[in-house]
Amino acid sequence: MQKVMMGNHALSWGALLSRAEVIAAYPITPQTEVVELLSNMCADGSLKAEFIKVESEHSAMAASMGASAAGARTFTATSAQGLALMHEVLHWATGARLPIVMGNINRAMAPPWTIWTDQTDSIAQRDTGWIQIYTSSIQEILDSVIQAYKIAEQIYLPAMVVLDSFVLSHTNENCEVPDQDKVDAYLPRFENAYRLNTDKPAAFGGLTGPDWYYELRYKIERDIQKALPLFEETGKEFGEMFGRYYGLVETYKLDDADIVLVTSASIASTARPVIDQMRSEGHKVGLIRIRVFRPFPSELLRKLLSGRKKVLVVDRNISFGMSGAFYAEVKAALYNVKGRPPMWGYIAGLGGRDVPVDVIKGMIEQTMKEDHPTQDIIWIGVKR
Amino acid sequence: MRYTIPEQEIMCAGHKACQGCGAANAMRFALKALGPKTMLTLPACCWSVIDGPFPYSSVGVPLFHTAFETAAAVASGIRAGLDMRGDTETNVVAWAGDGGTFDIGIQALSGTVERNDNVIYVCYDNEAYMNTGVQRSSATPWGAVTSTTPPRHFKQERKKDMMAIMAAHGIPYTASASVAYAEDLIRKVNKAKQITGSKFLHIIAPCPPGWRSSPEITIQLARLVVQTHMFPLYEIYEGRYYKLSMDPKKKPITEYLKPQGRFRHLTEEQVAEIDRQVDERYAWLKEQAERSKPWFEAKKEKKD
Repeated sequence: MQKVMMGNHALSWGALLSRAEVIAAYPITPQTEVVELLSNMCADGSLKAEFIKVESEHSAMAASMGASAAGARTFTATSAQGLALMHEVLHWATGARLPIVMGNINRAMAPPWTIWTDQTDSIAQRDTGWIQIYTSSIQEILDSVIQAYKIAEQIYLPAMVVLDSFVLSHTNENCEVPDQDKVDAYLPRFENAYRLNTDKPAAFGGLTGPDWYYELRYKIERDIQKALPLFEETGKEFGEMFGRYYGLVETYKLDDADIVLVTSASIASTARPVIDQMRSEGHKVGLIRIRVFRPFPSELLRKLLSGRKKVLVVDRNISFGMSGAFYAEVKAALYNVKGRPPMWGYIAGLGGRDVPVDVIKGMIEQTMKEDHPTQDIIWIGVKR
Repeated sequence: MRYTIPEQEIMCAGHKACQGCGAANAMRFALKALGPKTMLTLPACCWSVIDGPFPYSSVGVPLFHTAFETAAAVASGIRAGLDMRGDTETNVVAWAGDGGTFDIGIQALSGTVERNDNVIYVCYDNEAYMNTGVQRSSATPWGAVTSTTPPRHFKQERKKDMMAIMAAHGIPYTASASVAYAEDLIRKVNKAKQITGSKFLHIIAPCPPGWRSSPEITIQLARLVVQTHMFPLYEIYEGRYYKLSMDPKKKPITEYLKPQGRFRHLTEEQVAEIDRQVDERYAWLKEQAERSKPWFEAKKEKKD
């Protein structure tokens, strides 16, 4: 079925098709339409789920944990301050090994109050052990919710599907809604082997000393690493069933590219026509869109970026006192590679500032002029 | 005399509570009434330790340890998850101390009971943050010494009236209990099991290290706190109708205060101030019970 829908509703449809059994959520702009549609779906019976209308995002994640621990497939959605309020419980969901899936609409952090996009909210959660998928189209949002459950439930870790506020959350695009039967075949009902069970009483998350805690952290790292091949496998399987392929990264005109632009989310969509235009001008440029930020696809990026002449990373986030997060991580991934390319780190579009075609083109042209980057942060279009 | 306490022990020996811990008794009695078809969630509190270290557990039911302020919300989630999976029988219980209930956990608790989610919330009240070394909570009574309210600046505020706050939410059942009155406690847990919606149980649980009392007098103190009217045992139905579970002739307040080091610094005037507060509160409760009598009688008639 073809349907024109906004990014937020693509999250709701993703949860519906995944047959989420419990939803616990609290409203925050720009996330509200996600839960409004889900409450309507629950009310009219199209989604057979318990909807817990909690009193805060902190409790949204806490209630999601309870539901997931009881063995139910669980969904929630939030944004910015709401995600920050969840921070403690995000760690808890990971440590408790609960495969909750959450939509997060990237909204910049206050103060000053803003509802527009940048990635600082979700980047700040990168060490919580949640899988993070940064999407760049309405279709990808819907498909990613389904894929997120598929992976999260195999490795018993939670996953976050991330989209830009307004640029994606409130933009309408044509979207293919997969048949429920096919989704059911791809994503069968989840049977949690470690749920709370009165036939097998056990305590989860109890007091643990240095003799065990270390090993439990090791196991989380070991298992989140398993998501890397799983993204490739489940993406291939998804492609065979639905005709759309998703992996850890998306590449565009990369094969013979000397200069590679690396970015994420909706900036990548704007970058594609820039690549086309510059190619027509005779420049060998290509694009990598990082889709999965946690676990970070280091090995794949080493393979894709080794031997290139120049790499520029465009970040819509800032890790204060360092640089853009994607820039820092791509750089770290390539540090031990012989003959690694020089790398430029651009910051653009914080707080929803537009990043149009000519701005992206300007960054590539600036990179072409320089032999080596002179600083870690190159701010684009700052009014000084 | 007929023995009404279930013989089955669901909590096992080898737990990590201090000697004479009231909270350990509270759990033992509550679990006897709740039975094995029960799931517990437990925020940061003494019970996070009492339960025992990973991979052990001293309660014979599934238990989800959770963050300090989330017990009620997690219980709501477990309930929803079980309901969706077709299990409407299992009791879902949030079990928290006074800090996790009166203070940091009150938002989630208020959310859960406002939605009237079908869970039992038990607060075992030892009247301070005992697990972190006896700091004052809003459940600490006026006049008490803790590590953050030293003798020269003892607790200057009255204990928060958590029962009234829960009643104000209009939930079907709210009750106070004491580990010294096990039959009464078990009767109330059984009642809570039978009612659909949010249930709140407030159990006074003496803490020998925090109260600076001898471990062997825990039950005695838990009885005296009721007999001196400091912690009356009562039930509130539908947030409005009050029923005293017992109405003992008041014993002198000093009988309860004296054996506890945390009240040792109090002058006669200060003890009189506590006495005044207790009488004021008890008189108000009796008024409520009196006012509620016709409702209970009408309910009884209906049954007949």
